[in-house]
Amino acid sequence: MQKKLVMDAAEIDRSLTRIAYEILEKNKGVTDLVLVGIRTGGVFLAERLQKKIFDIEGVKVPSCILDITMYRDDLLSAHRKPRIMKTEIPFSLDKKKAILVDDVLFTGRTIRAAMDALIDFGRPQSIQLAVLIDRGHRELPIRADFVGANLPSFLWEEISVNLIEKNGRDEVVVEDSN
Amino acid sequence: MKWERKDLLGIKDLSGEEISLILDTAESFLEVSTRDIKKVPTLRGKTIINFFVEASTRTRTSFEIAGKRLSADTINISASTSSLVKGETLADTARNLEAMNPDVIVIRHSCAGAPHMLARLVRQSIINAGDGAHEHPTQALLDMMTIRSRKGTLSGLNVTIVGDIAHSRVARSNIYGLNKMGAHLTVAGPATMMPRDIRELGVKVSFRLEEALQDADVVMMLRIQTEREQRSVFPSLREYSAFYCLNGDNIQRARPDVLVMHPGPVNRGVEISPEIADGANSVILEQVTNGVAVRMALLYLLTGAIE
Repeated sequence: MQKKLVMDAAEIDRSLTRIAYEILEKNKGVTDLVLVGIRTGGVFLAERLQKKIFDIEGVKVPSCILDITMYRDDLLSAHRKPRIMKTEIPFSLDKKKAILVDDVLFTGRTIRAAMDALIDFGRPQSIQLAVLIDRGHRELPIRADFVGANLPSFLWEEISVNLIEKNGRDEVVVEDSN
Repeated sequence: MKWERKDLLGIKDLSGEEISLILDTAESFLEVSTRDIKKVPTLRGKTIINFFVEASTRTRTSFEIAGKRLSADTINISASTSSLVKGETLADTARNLEAMNPDVIVIRHSCAGAPHMLARLVRQSIINAGDGAHEHPTQALLDMMTIRSRKGTLSGLNVTIVGDIAHSRVARSNIYGLNKMGAHLTVAGPATMMPRDIRELGVKVSFRLEEALQDADVVMMLRIQTEREQRSVFPSLREYSAFYCLNGDNIQRARPDVLVMHPGPVNRGVEISPEIADGANSVILEQVTNGVAVRMALLYLLTGAIE
Protein backbone atom coordinates (compact mmCIF):
# COMPACT_ATOMS: atom_id res chain seq x y z
CA MET A 1 0.00 0.00 0.00
CA GLN A 2 1.32 3.42 -0.98
CA LYS A 3 1.50 6.09 1.67
CA LYS A 4 2.09 9.73 0.86
CA LEU A 5 2.76 12.45 3.41
CA VAL A 6 0.79 15.55 2.42
CA MET A 7 1.11 17.68 5.55
CA ASP A 8 3.71 17.57 8.31
CA ALA A 9 3.47 18.85 11.88
CA ALA A 10 4.68 22.38 11.06
CA GLU A 11 2.24 22.70 8.18
CA ILE A 12 -0.68 21.54 10.30
CA ASP A 13 0.28 24.06 12.97
CA ARG A 14 0.55 26.94 10.50
CA SER A 15 -2.83 26.06 8.98
CA LEU A 16 -4.46 26.09 12.40
CA THR A 17 -2.84 29.44 13.23
CA ARG A 18 -4.25 30.92 10.03
CA ILE A 19 -7.70 29.43 10.68
CA ALA A 20 -7.68 30.92 14.18
CA TYR A 21 -6.96 34.38 12.74
CA GLU A 22 -9.60 33.92 10.05
CA ILE A 23 -12.23 32.94 12.61
CA LEU A 24 -11.45 36.04 14.65
CA GLU A 25 -11.40 38.25 11.58
CA LYS A 26 -14.70 37.01 10.21
CA ASN A 27 -16.45 37.18 13.60
CA LYS A 28 -14.82 40.47 14.64
CA GLY A 29 -13.39 39.01 17.83
CA VAL A 30 -14.42 36.34 20.31
CA THR A 31 -17.85 37.57 21.39
CA ASP A 32 -20.42 34.71 21.41
CA LEU A 33 -17.95 32.28 19.81
CA VAL A 34 -18.23 28.60 20.73
CA LEU A 35 -16.03 25.84 19.30
CA VAL A 36 -17.73 22.51 18.68
CA GLY A 37 -15.37 19.60 18.00
CA ILE A 38 -16.83 16.66 16.12
CA ARG A 39 -15.69 13.30 17.47
CA THR A 40 -13.02 12.14 17.24
CA GLY A 41 -10.50 14.16 15.23
CA GLY A 42 -12.41 17.42 15.48
CA VAL A 43 -12.27 17.40 19.26
CA PHE A 44 -8.48 17.76 19.37
CA LEU A 45 -8.47 20.35 16.60
CA ALA A 46 -11.09 22.40 18.47
CA GLU A 47 -8.89 22.30 21.58
CA ARG A 48 -5.91 23.50 19.55
CA LEU A 49 -7.93 26.33 17.99
CA GLN A 50 -9.09 27.29 21.47
CA LYS A 51 -5.45 27.58 22.54
CA LYS A 52 -4.48 29.57 19.44
CA ILE A 53 -7.36 31.98 19.92
CA PHE A 54 -6.31 32.41 23.54
CA ASP A 55 -2.74 33.20 22.43
CA ILE A 56 -4.06 35.89 20.07
CA GLU A 57 -6.91 37.46 22.06
CA GLY A 58 -6.23 36.36 25.63
CA VAL A 59 -9.73 34.88 25.90
CA LYS A 60 -10.60 31.23 26.37
CA VAL A 61 -13.63 30.65 24.16
CA PRO A 62 -15.86 27.75 25.25
CA SER A 63 -15.23 24.44 23.53
CA CYS A 64 -17.47 21.39 23.55
CA ILE A 65 -17.74 17.91 22.07
CA LEU A 66 -20.32 16.56 19.65
CA ASP A 67 -20.86 12.94 18.70
CA ILE A 68 -23.05 12.87 15.61
CA THR A 69 -23.84 9.14 15.59
CA MET A 70 -27.43 9.57 16.81
CA TYR A 71 -28.08 11.87 13.83
CA ARG A 72 -26.46 9.83 11.05
CA ASP A 73 -28.56 9.24 7.95
CA ASP A 74 -27.29 5.71 7.36
CA LEU A 75 -28.27 4.14 10.68
CA LEU A 76 -31.26 2.29 9.26
CA SER A 77 -29.56 1.06 6.13
CA ALA A 78 -26.13 0.28 7.54
CA HIS A 79 -25.59 -3.34 8.33
CA ARG A 80 -23.34 -2.39 11.19
CA LYS A 81 -23.91 0.60 13.42
CA PRO A 82 -21.19 2.63 15.07
CA ARG A 83 -20.80 2.89 18.82
CA ILE A 84 -22.40 5.91 20.39
CA MET A 85 -19.93 8.11 22.22
CA LYS A 86 -20.63 10.97 24.61
CA THR A 87 -21.78 14.40 23.52
CA GLU A 88 -20.65 17.04 25.99
CA ILE A 89 -22.35 20.38 25.38
CA PRO A 90 -22.80 21.70 28.91
CA PHE A 91 -24.23 25.09 27.88
CA SER A 92 -26.98 26.43 25.63
CA LEU A 93 -26.01 27.35 22.09
CA ASP A 94 -28.81 29.90 21.88
CA LYS A 95 -27.62 33.05 20.06
CA LYS A 96 -24.03 31.73 19.91
CA LYS A 97 -21.77 31.66 16.88
CA ALA A 98 -20.96 27.97 16.72
CA ILE A 99 -17.79 26.96 14.89
CA LEU A 100 -18.00 23.28 13.94
CA VAL A 101 -14.53 21.76 13.78
CA ASP A 102 -13.69 18.54 11.94
CA ASP A 103 -10.55 16.99 10.52
CA VAL A 104 -11.69 16.00 7.02
CA LEU A 105 -14.60 17.36 4.98
CA PHE A 106 -15.71 14.68 2.51
CA THR A 107 -19.34 13.92 1.54
CA GLY A 108 -20.75 16.55 3.91
CA ARG A 109 -23.07 14.03 5.57
CA THR A 110 -21.32 14.31 8.93
CA ILE A 111 -21.75 18.07 8.84
CA ARG A 112 -25.45 17.75 7.96
CA ALA A 113 -25.87 15.50 10.99
CA ALA A 114 -23.85 17.89 13.16
CA MET A 115 -26.01 20.87 12.17
CA ASP A 116 -29.18 18.96 13.04
CA ALA A 117 -27.68 18.02 16.39
CA LEU A 118 -26.58 21.58 17.20
CA ILE A 119 -30.03 22.99 16.55
CA ASP A 120 -31.39 20.60 19.20
CA PHE A 121 -29.17 22.42 21.72
CA GLY A 122 -30.68 25.83 21.09
CA ARG A 123 -30.83 28.25 18.18
CA PRO A 124 -27.33 29.43 17.32
CA GLN A 125 -26.92 32.86 15.73
CA SER A 126 -24.79 31.15 13.08
CA ILE A 127 -23.06 27.86 12.39
CA GLN A 128 -19.69 28.00 10.65
CA LEU A 129 -17.43 25.18 9.59
CA ALA A 130 -13.67 24.83 10.05
CA VAL A 131 -11.84 21.78 8.65
CA LEU A 132 -8.21 20.87 8.35
CA ILE A 133 -8.63 19.04 5.02
CA ASP A 134 -11.25 19.44 2.30
CA ARG A 135 -10.95 16.40 0.07
CA GLY A 136 -13.94 17.09 -2.20
CA HIS A 137 -16.64 14.61 -3.32
CA ARG A 138 -19.53 16.44 -1.68
CA GLU A 139 -22.91 14.71 -1.73
CA LEU A 140 -24.76 17.59 -0.06
CA PRO A 141 -24.72 21.36 -0.64
CA ILE A 142 -22.21 22.09 2.12
CA ARG A 143 -18.96 24.04 2.09
CA ALA A 144 -16.45 24.98 4.74
CA ASP A 145 -15.85 28.56 5.92
CA PHE A 146 -12.29 27.86 7.05
CA VAL A 147 -10.06 25.29 5.33
CA GLY A 148 -6.54 24.22 6.23
CA ALA A 149 -5.76 22.62 2.88
CA ASN A 150 -7.71 21.64 -0.20
CA LEU A 151 -6.71 18.15 -1.17
CA PRO A 152 -8.40 16.90 -4.33
CA SER A 153 -8.53 13.13 -3.96
CA PHE A 154 -9.70 9.95 -5.61
CA LEU A 155 -12.62 8.21 -3.96
CA TRP A 156 -10.56 5.10 -3.26
CA GLU A 157 -7.88 7.03 -1.44
CA GLU A 158 -7.93 7.13 2.32
CA ILE A 159 -6.94 10.38 3.98
CA SER A 160 -5.80 10.09 7.60
CA VAL A 161 -5.27 13.03 9.88
CA ASN A 162 -2.95 11.80 12.62
CA LEU A 163 -2.68 13.98 15.70
CA ILE A 164 -0.38 13.71 18.71
CA GLU A 165 -3.41 13.45 21.03
CA LYS A 166 -4.83 10.59 18.97
CA ASN A 167 -1.98 8.57 17.55
CA GLY A 168 1.26 10.10 18.70
CA ARG A 169 2.28 12.35 15.82
CA ASP A 170 1.02 15.22 13.69
CA GLU A 171 0.73 14.42 9.98
CA VAL A 172 -1.74 14.05 7.16
CA VAL A 173 -1.21 11.01 4.93
CA VAL A 174 -2.92 9.74 1.81
CA GLU A 175 -3.14 6.01 1.31
CA ASP A 176 -4.18 4.18 -1.81
CA SER A 177 -6.57 1.56 -0.49
CA ASN A 178 -6.83 -0.15 -3.88
CA MET B 1 -16.18 -5.54 20.84
CA LYS B 2 -18.95 -6.62 18.49
CA TRP B 3 -22.64 -6.76 19.32
CA GLU B 4 -24.42 -9.52 17.42
CA ARG B 5 -27.46 -10.26 19.57
CA LYS B 6 -31.01 -10.06 18.31
CA ASP B 7 -32.59 -10.36 21.76
CA LEU B 8 -31.92 -9.47 25.34
CA LEU B 9 -33.37 -12.33 27.35
CA GLY B 10 -31.22 -12.34 30.46
CA ILE B 11 -27.93 -11.34 32.01
CA LYS B 12 -26.85 -14.95 32.44
CA ASP B 13 -25.74 -15.36 28.84
CA LEU B 14 -24.12 -11.92 28.43
CA SER B 15 -20.35 -11.54 28.59
CA GLY B 16 -18.66 -8.93 30.76
CA GLU B 17 -17.66 -7.12 27.56
CA GLU B 18 -21.24 -7.00 26.35
CA ILE B 19 -22.37 -5.62 29.71
CA SER B 20 -19.68 -2.93 29.51
CA LEU B 21 -20.74 -2.00 25.97
CA ILE B 22 -24.36 -1.61 27.10
CA LEU B 23 -23.32 0.55 30.06
CA ASP B 24 -20.99 2.71 27.93
CA THR B 25 -23.71 3.22 25.33
CA ALA B 26 -26.23 4.05 28.06
CA GLU B 27 -23.90 6.69 29.51
CA SER B 28 -23.76 8.32 26.09
CA PHE B 29 -27.55 8.37 25.87
CA LEU B 30 -27.96 9.80 29.39
CA GLU B 31 -27.31 13.31 28.13
CA VAL B 32 -30.30 13.28 25.74
CA SER B 33 -32.72 13.26 28.70
CA THR B 34 -31.14 16.42 30.14
CA ARG B 35 -31.72 18.52 27.03
CA ASP B 36 -34.54 20.98 26.46
CA ILE B 37 -35.39 19.01 23.31
CA LYS B 38 -35.35 15.44 24.59
CA LYS B 39 -35.43 13.69 21.27
CA VAL B 40 -32.90 12.40 18.74
CA PRO B 41 -33.75 10.92 15.32
CA THR B 42 -31.78 7.70 15.84
CA LEU B 43 -34.62 5.16 15.59
CA ARG B 44 -36.91 7.08 13.26
CA GLY B 45 -39.30 4.69 11.53
CA LYS B 46 -38.82 1.86 14.03
CA THR B 47 -41.79 0.43 15.91
CA ILE B 48 -41.58 -0.88 19.46
CA ILE B 49 -44.37 -2.84 21.12
CA ASN B 50 -44.43 -2.88 24.91
CA PHE B 51 -46.32 -6.05 25.71
CA PHE B 52 -46.90 -6.14 29.47
CA VAL B 53 -48.83 -9.18 30.60
CA GLU B 54 -47.96 -8.33 34.21
CA ALA B 55 -48.51 -5.00 35.95
CA SER B 56 -45.84 -2.32 35.72
CA THR B 57 -45.61 1.44 35.75
CA ARG B 58 -41.90 2.14 36.09
CA THR B 59 -40.52 -0.32 33.57
CA ARG B 60 -43.26 0.20 30.99
CA THR B 61 -43.06 4.00 31.21
CA SER B 62 -39.28 3.81 31.07
CA PHE B 63 -39.33 1.72 27.87
CA GLU B 64 -41.93 3.98 26.34
CA ILE B 65 -39.95 7.13 27.12
CA ALA B 66 -36.75 5.49 25.89
CA GLY B 67 -38.36 4.61 22.57
CA LYS B 68 -39.93 8.04 22.15
CA ARG B 69 -36.69 9.88 22.92
CA LEU B 70 -35.10 7.89 20.09
CA SER B 71 -38.00 8.85 17.74
CA ALA B 72 -39.35 5.30 17.51
CA ASP B 73 -43.09 4.70 17.58
CA THR B 74 -44.10 2.93 20.78
CA ILE B 75 -47.29 1.01 21.38
CA ASN B 76 -48.35 -0.36 24.76
CA ILE B 77 -50.42 -3.47 25.25
CA SER B 78 -51.40 -4.66 28.71
CA ALA B 79 -52.91 -8.02 29.58
CA SER B 80 -56.28 -6.67 30.65
CA THR B 81 -56.86 -4.91 27.31
CA SER B 82 -55.38 -7.64 25.10
CA SER B 83 -56.98 -10.67 23.47
CA LEU B 84 -55.36 -12.86 26.10
CA VAL B 85 -58.50 -12.24 28.15
CA LYS B 86 -60.50 -13.75 25.28
CA GLY B 87 -58.45 -16.90 25.55
CA GLU B 88 -55.89 -16.32 22.79
CA THR B 89 -52.60 -18.08 23.51
CA LEU B 90 -49.44 -16.07 24.03
CA ALA B 91 -47.94 -17.63 20.91
CA ASP B 92 -50.90 -16.61 18.76
CA THR B 93 -50.86 -13.08 20.13
CA ALA B 94 -47.14 -12.90 19.39
CA ARG B 95 -47.58 -14.15 15.80
CA ASN B 96 -50.25 -11.53 15.24
CA LEU B 97 -48.00 -8.82 16.60
CA GLU B 98 -45.22 -10.11 14.38
CA ALA B 99 -47.50 -9.83 11.34
CA MET B 100 -47.74 -6.08 11.95
CA ASN B 101 -43.97 -5.77 11.50
CA PRO B 102 -42.72 -4.10 14.63
CA ASP B 103 -38.94 -4.03 15.16
CA VAL B 104 -38.76 -4.73 18.89
CA ILE B 105 -41.17 -6.45 21.26
CA VAL B 106 -40.63 -5.75 24.95
CA ILE B 107 -42.36 -8.35 27.06
CA ARG B 108 -43.11 -8.78 30.73
CA HIS B 109 -44.79 -12.00 31.77
CA SER B 110 -45.43 -13.80 35.02
CA CYS B 111 -44.11 -17.06 33.53
CA ALA B 112 -40.37 -17.60 33.48
CA GLY B 113 -39.19 -18.29 29.94
CA ALA B 114 -42.04 -16.50 28.13
CA PRO B 115 -39.61 -14.05 26.41
CA HIS B 116 -37.38 -16.97 25.37
CA MET B 117 -40.33 -18.69 23.74
CA LEU B 118 -41.23 -15.52 21.84
CA ALA B 119 -37.63 -15.06 20.73
CA ARG B 120 -37.73 -18.48 19.07
CA LEU B 121 -41.14 -17.84 17.60
CA VAL B 122 -40.86 -14.42 16.00
CA ARG B 123 -38.16 -12.70 13.99
CA GLN B 124 -38.31 -9.42 15.90
CA SER B 125 -35.95 -8.47 18.70
CA ILE B 126 -37.30 -9.48 22.08
CA ILE B 127 -36.41 -7.68 25.29
CA ASN B 128 -37.22 -9.37 28.56
CA ALA B 129 -38.77 -6.78 30.89
CA GLY B 130 -39.17 -9.36 33.66
CA ASP B 131 -40.23 -13.00 33.41
CA GLY B 132 -41.68 -14.51 36.57
CA ALA B 133 -39.04 -15.09 39.23
CA HIS B 134 -36.38 -15.68 36.56
CA GLU B 135 -34.67 -12.53 35.24
CA HIS B 136 -35.13 -8.78 34.93
CA PRO B 137 -32.08 -7.89 32.86
CA THR B 138 -32.77 -4.20 32.25
CA GLN B 139 -33.13 -3.62 36.00
CA ALA B 140 -29.76 -5.26 36.67
CA LEU B 141 -28.16 -3.20 33.90
CA LEU B 142 -29.49 0.09 35.29
CA ASP B 143 -28.36 -0.98 38.75
CA MET B 144 -24.86 -1.72 37.46
CA MET B 145 -24.83 1.57 35.57
CA THR B 146 -25.78 3.46 38.74
CA ILE B 147 -23.09 1.74 40.80
CA ARG B 148 -20.42 2.17 38.12
CA SER B 149 -21.16 5.87 37.67
CA ARG B 150 -20.98 6.48 41.44
CA LYS B 151 -18.06 4.22 42.30
CA GLY B 152 -16.13 4.33 39.04
CA THR B 153 -16.01 0.55 38.82
CA LEU B 154 -17.91 -2.59 39.74
CA SER B 155 -14.89 -4.76 40.30
CA GLY B 156 -13.96 -5.44 43.93
CA LEU B 157 -17.01 -3.77 45.46
CA ASN B 158 -18.91 -5.41 48.32
CA VAL B 159 -22.52 -5.60 47.24
CA THR B 160 -25.22 -6.84 49.60
CA ILE B 161 -28.66 -7.84 48.34
CA VAL B 162 -31.38 -8.20 50.98
CA GLY B 163 -34.86 -9.67 50.79
CA ASP B 164 -36.72 -12.44 49.02
CA ILE B 165 -33.81 -13.77 47.00
CA ALA B 166 -35.69 -16.90 45.92
CA HIS B 167 -38.52 -15.07 44.19
CA SER B 168 -36.64 -12.00 43.01
CA ARG B 169 -35.77 -11.73 39.34
CA VAL B 170 -33.99 -8.49 40.19
CA ALA B 171 -31.69 -10.34 42.58
CA ARG B 172 -31.02 -13.15 40.12
CA SER B 173 -30.11 -10.82 37.24
CA ASN B 174 -27.95 -8.68 39.51
CA ILE B 175 -26.14 -11.74 40.88
CA TYR B 176 -25.31 -12.92 37.35
CA GLY B 177 -24.21 -9.47 36.24
CA LEU B 178 -22.27 -8.31 39.28
CA ASN B 179 -20.45 -11.63 39.49
CA LYS B 180 -19.28 -11.28 35.89
CA MET B 181 -18.11 -7.74 36.63
CA GLY B 182 -16.02 -8.84 39.60
CA ALA B 183 -18.05 -7.60 42.56
CA HIS B 184 -18.15 -9.51 45.87
CA LEU B 185 -21.73 -10.48 46.57
CA THR B 186 -23.54 -11.21 49.80
CA VAL B 187 -27.22 -12.05 49.92
CA ALA B 188 -29.30 -11.86 53.08
CA GLY B 189 -32.81 -12.74 54.10
CA PRO B 190 -34.82 -15.30 56.03
CA ALA B 191 -33.99 -18.93 55.22
CA THR B 192 -37.47 -19.34 53.73
CA MET B 193 -36.54 -16.74 51.11
CA MET B 194 -33.26 -18.33 50.02
CA PRO B 195 -33.25 -20.48 46.92
CA ARG B 196 -31.84 -23.96 47.47
CA ASP B 197 -29.09 -23.52 44.89
CA ILE B 198 -28.01 -20.10 46.14
CA ARG B 199 -24.39 -21.01 46.93
CA GLU B 200 -23.89 -22.30 43.40
CA LEU B 201 -24.46 -18.74 42.18
CA GLY B 202 -21.18 -17.66 43.75
CA VAL B 203 -22.44 -15.51 46.60
CA LYS B 204 -22.00 -15.41 50.36
CA VAL B 205 -25.19 -16.14 52.23
CA SER B 206 -26.21 -14.57 55.49
CA PHE B 207 -29.37 -14.79 57.53
CA ARG B 208 -28.60 -11.74 59.62
CA LEU B 209 -28.88 -8.27 58.12
CA GLU B 210 -26.29 -6.74 60.49
CA GLU B 211 -23.71 -9.30 59.45
CA ALA B 212 -24.46 -8.90 55.75
CA LEU B 213 -24.11 -5.11 55.93
CA GLN B 214 -20.57 -5.21 57.31
CA ASP B 215 -18.29 -3.10 55.05
CA ALA B 216 -20.83 -2.99 52.23
CA ASP B 217 -20.14 -0.52 49.41
CA VAL B 218 -23.61 -1.05 47.99
CA VAL B 219 -26.79 -2.36 49.56
CA MET B 220 -29.77 -3.32 47.43
CA MET B 221 -33.02 -3.75 49.29
CA LEU B 222 -35.60 -5.87 47.51
CA ARG B 223 -39.28 -5.18 47.68
CA ILE B 224 -41.32 -7.56 49.77
CA GLN B 225 -43.71 -8.74 47.10
CA THR B 226 -46.90 -8.65 49.11
CA GLU B 227 -48.83 -9.87 46.06
CA ARG B 228 -46.68 -13.00 45.91
CA GLU B 229 -46.12 -13.61 49.61
CA GLN B 230 -49.43 -15.25 50.37
CA ARG B 231 -47.50 -18.38 51.30
CA SER B 232 -46.14 -18.39 54.80
CA VAL B 233 -42.52 -17.43 54.26
CA PHE B 234 -42.53 -15.13 57.28
CA PRO B 235 -44.98 -14.73 60.15
CA SER B 236 -45.87 -11.08 59.59
CA LEU B 237 -44.67 -7.96 57.82
CA ARG B 238 -43.92 -6.52 61.23
CA GLU B 239 -41.64 -9.39 62.12
CA TYR B 240 -39.90 -9.25 58.73
CA SER B 241 -39.29 -5.58 59.19
CA ALA B 242 -37.97 -6.06 62.74
CA PHE B 243 -35.19 -8.27 61.36
CA TYR B 244 -34.59 -7.08 57.81
CA CYS B 245 -35.52 -3.42 57.51
CA LEU B 246 -32.61 -1.18 56.56
CA ASN B 247 -32.56 1.69 59.05
CA GLY B 248 -30.38 4.41 60.52
CA ASP B 249 -28.82 2.00 63.04
CA ASN B 250 -27.88 -1.07 61.03
CA ILE B 251 -26.63 0.98 58.09
CA GLN B 252 -23.75 2.17 60.32
CA ARG B 253 -22.08 -1.19 59.72
CA ALA B 254 -21.74 -0.46 56.01
CA ARG B 255 -19.07 1.82 54.56
CA PRO B 256 -19.84 5.52 55.17
CA ASP B 257 -20.23 6.11 51.42
CA VAL B 258 -22.53 3.10 50.94
CA LEU B 259 -25.01 3.37 48.08
CA VAL B 260 -28.56 2.51 49.06
CA MET B 261 -30.54 1.06 46.18
CA HIS B 262 -34.06 -0.25 45.65
CA PRO B 263 -35.72 -1.37 42.41
CA GLY B 264 -39.07 0.08 43.49
CA PRO B 265 -41.86 0.27 44.29
CA VAL B 266 -40.72 0.90 47.87
CA ASN B 267 -42.68 -0.43 50.84
CA ARG B 268 -41.71 2.31 53.26
CA GLY B 269 -41.09 0.97 56.74
CA VAL B 270 -41.11 -2.68 55.60
CA GLU B 271 -37.77 -3.32 53.87
CA ILE B 272 -36.38 0.19 54.17
CA SER B 273 -37.08 3.01 56.59
CA PRO B 274 -38.24 6.31 55.05
CA GLU B 275 -35.24 8.30 56.34
CA ILE B 276 -32.85 5.89 54.60
CA ALA B 277 -34.91 5.71 51.39
CA ASP B 278 -34.78 9.51 51.18
CA GLY B 279 -31.34 9.90 52.80
CA ALA B 280 -28.05 11.16 51.42
CA ASN B 281 -26.83 7.66 50.53
CA SER B 282 -29.92 6.78 48.54
CA VAL B 283 -29.61 6.60 44.74
CA ILE B 284 -33.09 5.17 44.23
CA LEU B 285 -34.27 7.92 41.89
CA GLU B 286 -30.95 7.97 40.04
CA GLN B 287 -31.64 4.31 39.24
CA VAL B 288 -34.88 5.37 37.58
CA THR B 289 -33.14 8.09 35.54
CA ASN B 290 -30.44 5.67 34.42
CA GLY B 291 -33.14 3.14 33.53
CA VAL B 292 -34.29 5.27 30.60
CA ALA B 293 -30.70 5.52 29.30
CA VAL B 294 -30.12 1.77 29.62
CA ARG B 295 -33.28 1.05 27.67
CA MET B 296 -32.33 3.58 24.98
CA ALA B 297 -28.97 1.82 24.68
CA LEU B 298 -30.60 -1.59 24.31
CA LEU B 299 -33.10 -0.39 21.73
CA TYR B 300 -30.20 1.07 19.75
CA LEU B 301 -27.99 -2.01 20.08
CA LEU B 302 -30.72 -4.53 19.29
CA THR B 303 -31.90 -2.80 16.13
CA GLY B 304 -28.62 -3.38 14.29
CA ALA B 305 -25.25 -4.94 14.82
CA ILE B 306 -22.43 -2.82 16.21
CA GLU B 307 -18.94 -2.89 14.83
